Amino acid sequence: MHETAHVAHAAAIHTVTYLRWVPLLPLIGAVVNGIGGAWIQKNLGKKVIGGIACAMPLIAFVLSVRAFVQLMGLEPAERVILDNVFPWIHVGTLNVDVAFLLDPLSAVMILIVTGVGGLIHIYSIGYMSEDPAYWRYFAYLNLFTFAMLTLVLGDNILIMFVGWEGVGLCSYALIGFWYSEWANASAGSKAFLVNRVGDFGFMCATLLLFWSLADVGHPTMLFREIAQYAPLLEHHVFWGVGTVTLVTMLMFVGATGKSAQIPLYVWLPDAMAGPTPVSALIHAATMVTAGVYMIARLGILFDMSPITGTAIATVGAVTAFFAATIATTQFDIKKVLAYSTVSQLGFMFVAMGVGAYSTGVFHLMTHSFFKACLFLGSGSVIHVMHHEQDMRKMGGLKKWMPYTYATYMLSTLAIAGIPPFSGFFSKDDILWKAFSSGHYIVWFLAVCAAAMTAFYMFRSVYMTFDGECRADDHTREHLHESPLSMTVPLMILAGLATVAGFLNVPHALFGNAGFDAWLAPVLEHGAEHGAHGGGHHVEAIEYVLMVFSVAVAAAGILVARAMYKTKTLSADRLPDLAGGKPYRTVFNKYYVDEVYDATVIRGTLALARVSGWFDTNVVDGIVNGAAWVVRMVSELNGLIDHYIVDGAVNGVAAVTSIVGGRVRRLQTGNINAYLYVAVIAMVGMMVARMW
Amino acid sequence: MSEFSLFPIVFYLLAAVTVVSALGVALSNNIFYSAIALMGTLIGMAGMYLMLAADFVAVVQIFVYVGGILVLTLFAINLTSRIGDVSVSNRSIGRLPALGLLGVAAVVMLRAVVGGGWNLVDVGAAVPTIASLGNAFLTDYILPFELASLVLLAALVGAVVLSRKELKEEHG
Amino acid sequence: MMEIGLTHFLVVSTLVFLAGMFCVLTRRNAIGILMGVELILNSANLNYLAFSRYSSVTYDGQMFAIFVIMLAAAEAAIGLAIVLGIYQTFHTIDVEATDTLRL
Repeated sequence: MHETAHVAHAAAIHTVTYLRWVPLLPLIGAVVNGIGGAWIQKNLGKKVIGGIACAMPLIAFVLSVRAFVQLMGLEPAERVILDNVFPWIHVGTLNVDVAFLLDPLSAVMILIVTGVGGLIHIYSIGYMSEDPAYWRYFAYLNLFTFAMLTLVLGDNILIMFVGWEGVGLCSYALIGFWYSEWANASAGSKAFLVNRVGDFGFMCATLLLFWSLADVGHPTMLFREIAQYAPLLEHHVFWGVGTVTLVTMLMFVGATGKSAQIPLYVWLPDAMAGPTPVSALIHAATMVTAGVYMIARLGILFDMSPITGTAIATVGAVTAFFAATIATTQFDIKKVLAYSTVSQLGFMFVAMGVGAYSTGVFHLMTHSFFKACLFLGSGSVIHVMHHEQDMRKMGGLKKWMPYTYATYMLSTLAIAGIPPFSGFFSKDDILWKAFSSGHYIVWFLAVCAAAMTAFYMFRSVYMTFDGECRADDHTREHLHESPLSMTVPLMILAGLATVAGFLNVPHALFGNAGFDAWLAPVLEHGAEHGAHGGGHHVEAIEYVLMVFSVAVAAAGILVARAMYKTKTLSADRLPDLAGGKPYRTVFNKYYVDEVYDATVIRGTLALARVSGWFDTNVVDGIVNGAAWVVRMVSELNGLIDHYIVDGAVNGVAAVTSIVGGRVRRLQTGNINAYLYVAVIAMVGMMVARMW
Repeated sequence: MSEFSLFPIVFYLLAAVTVVSALGVALSNNIFYSAIALMGTLIGMAGMYLMLAADFVAVVQIFVYVGGILVLTLFAINLTSRIGDVSVSNRSIGRLPALGLLGVAAVVMLRAVVGGGWNLVDVGAAVPTIASLGNAFLTDYILPFELASLVLLAALVGAVVLSRKELKEEHG
Repeated sequence: MMEIGLTHFLVVSTLVFLAGMFCVLTRRNAIGILMGVELILNSANLNYLAFSRYSSVTYDGQMFAIFVIMLAAAEAAIGLAIVLGIYQTFHTIDVEATDTLRL
């Protein structure tokens, strides 16, 4: 059973033509708002822009539902819908079309992207209502949606890469949306550049994969064909290293860039410089999940390389722990949520690393619900507090913003992993899969991270909504609940965060693990890789761990409560703990950005200077040298021409003139002389004849 | 006993006249004397023609050369010399180089002539030639005869034109 | 030597030829030069006739001689007309004075 990967591709593929509208509609919205937006905003009003921009993802959502339903109607083994839009590249052995593929995995993804994305679009109408560049925001937002949908729907690596780059570009545009502030613009650049490093790994992996497949006789970029032929690469070696390991490692590098893992996570906290709905969409629900999706898509390759799997899980766990520690010290509410995102992504990578692909995707889905809700909730708070983001200046807001408080609390419970909220099911499944596959250290780090997650999230709740209001009087007078366009999406997302967990209740708790089953045709690659043992027989240890993780989360909540709500433990003593140095280090994000600046950035700039010097002196020197040589040659030519050639010509003329001068003396006009000559000639001839 | 013939004596006599007159033409300082010497040469030549049984040619020589050309020359001499100028200038120049050159020529030519090797035919008796020449003129040599008349015409016209031009210039 | 043969006539003609050549080369008077030319023509005539008599059975040589005489006449006429022209222009017939065609 482990020889052939999975069965879906062997069956017939249904082709449709409506699937292309799912990414295309947001693109149309982006084009309309991008090109005509300024005019529309001035003459038809912001409502039209908002209307166009929100309608697109929502219609796409409807189409996604339709596609999902169609997929459900098919046999599990045949759940593949293909929409081939047009042939793209057909060069030599490379045959790639612009085509969109829908299988259970991408169906889940497009529902998340269009659904959550649509809600965020609606939210943005209220949030960005006072911004003059309203149209540009919605154009970028639609463009981003288009790129993300291309990424998840692409049926081959190149299309996915187009979307991959597209989301990177749009995140740059949206993070640096208020570019007139230098800090915002540089945050956007940072995001793009760090992503680029990851993209380089992705590209190398793509090329390597293609060449290796060509080596074994099946050059292809199509995912379904890669899944089919990947086992042929089992013993393929490239430069002495196993090809599959190399490819998956490079792919993971790309994933660390896009999904903000160590060492390429540094852009995500800075990305909070963009508008909050952008953070919700890009950094909670969609773009950062691209890395996870990519690994799930190419899972067959990751299954073949246990080394990479371990590396991924380790990096994920360390990142989760590391980011969680930083989140406990931050005062900016958005920064807390940003590090929380990094940490939760770490959890997802733990799942992907141990081979529990569907678990990771499940956590992706639940995370998108509660994290988006959290971000939008914080956005609601920030909006009302006139763009104040420091939690030390908040407090007691639940009095004025009940809906925001309620939804924020529900999402916090979800992220903390408290049953029966969705976060419990997804996070616990990850911990169980990590433990049961033998990655104990990974499990331990993840448990610590989960504890800290509960702690810092409740810290943020208490600091923001509980206690007395620390805001100044002017702000306090204007505190009110946000408009419906903002609170309704919050409520929908909070509701999803609450109930989504029941989609995948594990067998241990007498559920049918519907989500895992749904994704099984795509992600089940074989029995002995990864840890799927939990579905077949239930062990007692699973229950123990479940209880343990809940207890740990509860402990975190209690500590946070003590420190920030009831103030039984003093939070002010924290900075001075153990000499103050540990706190300062964590607070300053372990000085990672500074280290990067000193090493990578300065190194790159130095390299740029060296290259500049090389170009100016060596390359230009060569060019100038060539020019000098040419000039010398031409001067030499000139000399030759002037003295030798002209000399020859003038010489000929001079000789002719001199000879002529001498010869013309023959013509004396003297008849006797002429006769003389004739006679001499005659006599000469006679003499010659004689002899 | 050798047969006594008058032929060689006459020949030598005529030859002496011819050659001496020719030298006179060449060496004389006075153009008039040169002209008279030329007449002597021409008459001597005519005699030699007679010795060569060319009677008609000899007579033509006398008529044309002596009676025509020589008279013309004398006219020209008179027209082109200043009356009253006693010594008509006929100074010669560069005699020595000419002599040298001619010496070389003389050597060459005499060697050729005396060297011999000429085809010789039996000499027949001297008969009058006028009839046969006349016949030949109108049969074998008709074309040169006609062309010669053209040449004479051209010469005539040319001479008239030349002299007419000069007159015009003088008056113009 | 007593027997007059072809050679004797040829020698005579050679001498006359040389005399004529001398005239042509050395005379300053234009008419003198023309007289030299007449001498040369005559010597050629003598040659023709001598060969006609001693080396040929036909009268071709005599025909030639007649034509030569005729052409000599024509040439003398023209030549003297030119001399007269020169006299009109230069007022002398010294050939050394007529060197205006000098380069």
